[in-house]
Amino acid sequence: MKIIVAIKQVPERDAPIRIDASGKWIEESDLQWSLNESDAYALEEALLLKEKSGDPTSEVIVLSAGPERVGVTLREALAKGADRAIHILADDLTSRDAFGLARLLAAAIAPEKPDLILTGLQSEDLGLGQTGVILAELLGLPHASLILKVEKTATGLSVKRELEEGWFQSIDLPLPALLTIQSGGNKLRYATLMGIKRAKSKECRILPAADLAAASAPVVTLATVTLPQKQKSTQFLTGSPAEVAATLVEKLRTEARVL
Amino acid sequence: MSVFVILEDRNGKITRSSWEAAAAAEALAAGAPVTAVLLGANTEALAAEAATGPFSRVIRVEHPLLAAYASDGYVTSLHQLLQKESPAHQVRDFAPRLATRFGQVLISDVIAIEPGPAFVRQLFQGRMNATYRHSASGPCFISVQAGAFRATAPASNAATTIETFVPEIAPADIRTTASAPFRASSQTVDLGSAQLIVGVGRGIKDESNIPVVQALATALGAELAASRPICDAGWLPMERQVGSSGQTVAPKLYLAIGISGAIQHLVGIKGSQCIVAINKDPHAPIFEIADYAIVGDLFEVVPALTAAVNAAKS
Repeated sequence: MKIIVAIKQVPERDAPIRIDASGKWIEESDLQWSLNESDAYALEEALLLKEKSGDPTSEVIVLSAGPERVGVTLREALAKGADRAIHILADDLTSRDAFGLARLLAAAIAPEKPDLILTGLQSEDLGLGQTGVILAELLGLPHASLILKVEKTATGLSVKRELEEGWFQSIDLPLPALLTIQSGGNKLRYATLMGIKRAKSKECRILPAADLAAASAPVVTLATVTLPQKQKSTQFLTGSPAEVAATLVEKLRTEARVL
Repeated sequence: MSVFVILEDRNGKITRSSWEAAAAAEALAAGAPVTAVLLGANTEALAAEAATGPFSRVIRVEHPLLAAYASDGYVTSLHQLLQKESPAHQVRDFAPRLATRFGQVLISDVIAIEPGPAFVRQLFQGRMNATYRHSASGPCFISVQAGAFRATAPASNAATTIETFVPEIAPADIRTTASAPFRASSQTVDLGSAQLIVGVGRGIKDESNIPVVQALATALGAELAASRPICDAGWLPMERQVGSSGQTVAPKLYLAIGISGAIQHLVGIKGSQCIVAINKDPHAPIFEIADYAIVGDLFEVVPALTAAVNAAKS
């Protein structure tokens, strides 16, 4: 089975983010970057499927779009066990909408003719939750979203899909197909020292974005980025831990009357 | 402008998030007609329920193959309907695909609509807001974030007409087969009726630190709950997860400890009477909805709070 995992490099979760001078994006220069969380679960699922298949020709290819720094995240995925990587080199991702990005990914995926494409459910930065589903439409493949478990069947796949409030359903679908993976379905592996060493000699092919799809005018444009407004008047309590603790207990008893 | 709102049902009733989407559609239309669309094999009763909403028209998209939800069935049917008319949990599964079929991009999880129209949605898990505009011709697709719009109480609307649309779908068009929904295990913890809840998030850093918050919950006589990452990691059982994929709670007091406040968690705790947040990041979105906020190291503040609660009891 040939599996492509589309992954995204996003700002590290605790990184302090600031709006940039244009007011349309954040200051990127001083950020640390890491692999998007649900994409890490998509990669894990792909590696497990390959291992379970017992087929030596099975292959896991990681794919990502972005500037040069994305190469580091792809190399980390190779260290975890992916066989090769494709890096769509693009410096203008913030000016492309989800459709524009998905077109790039689709153009890189199509010649590979994979059996299965996995993406994370959504990114931690934009949170659109759309790239995988749009990709499926562009490639003409059936898809299922919010997937926690994947099993190979005689005719295709059987997957566990998360609904809301603790409910699930199982979905059968034929291959080739695309799945968007929800966090938490498996335990994530770490790269081993041996894996890190091996990754250095694995293929990471660079495809310039301009060679894949001409940039088209975006359908949806981001006009401004702003800080959210407070919805409540919040009382900030200050002092030593013992002082704030005593003040809080007092306020919860006499002011909020909830204790 | 004409606005279409796609309604979803669960257990034979139109869902709360669909009524919220209807409220957003009404605001966006600003007096222009709003058309509701229902899909299924037999939508007569749902259409009667929808007719109580603020719609000028209800369209029943009816086909035996639409009896069970499938993304393919929804996309094909709505593509045909909207082409003819030339004018959002399931939504995230089918709407991006439907928009793509029209050469459009869905603006997902909208929390507010500003004049223009401009659509506000969250970035960076609620730490920033972004305003988006639809800059192409053709239909604009939006989905609304659960809990962002207040669903209007249904009022009888005699002016609503109900129409039926039969799409052309063949069994082969629907490539996926879904089972009936099921629950993983019986739920033994009912957080929904708990009066005091201590919720813990990523800030707790490691499973071995859970006793720090458990001690506070015990001192308060509160239930212990968690945000999704804590349950994903297996540090607390899934049945203690609060948020859109877990339980919705409405306690007198919710103490959010080391929880940054992603919207998926916030929608689960909005009904709390009083929210206290303890977090080391002064810009954490949890502080936007907190009544009392403590910016600090939870490993210092929580033991002090446990001691203060015990002291107050004695």
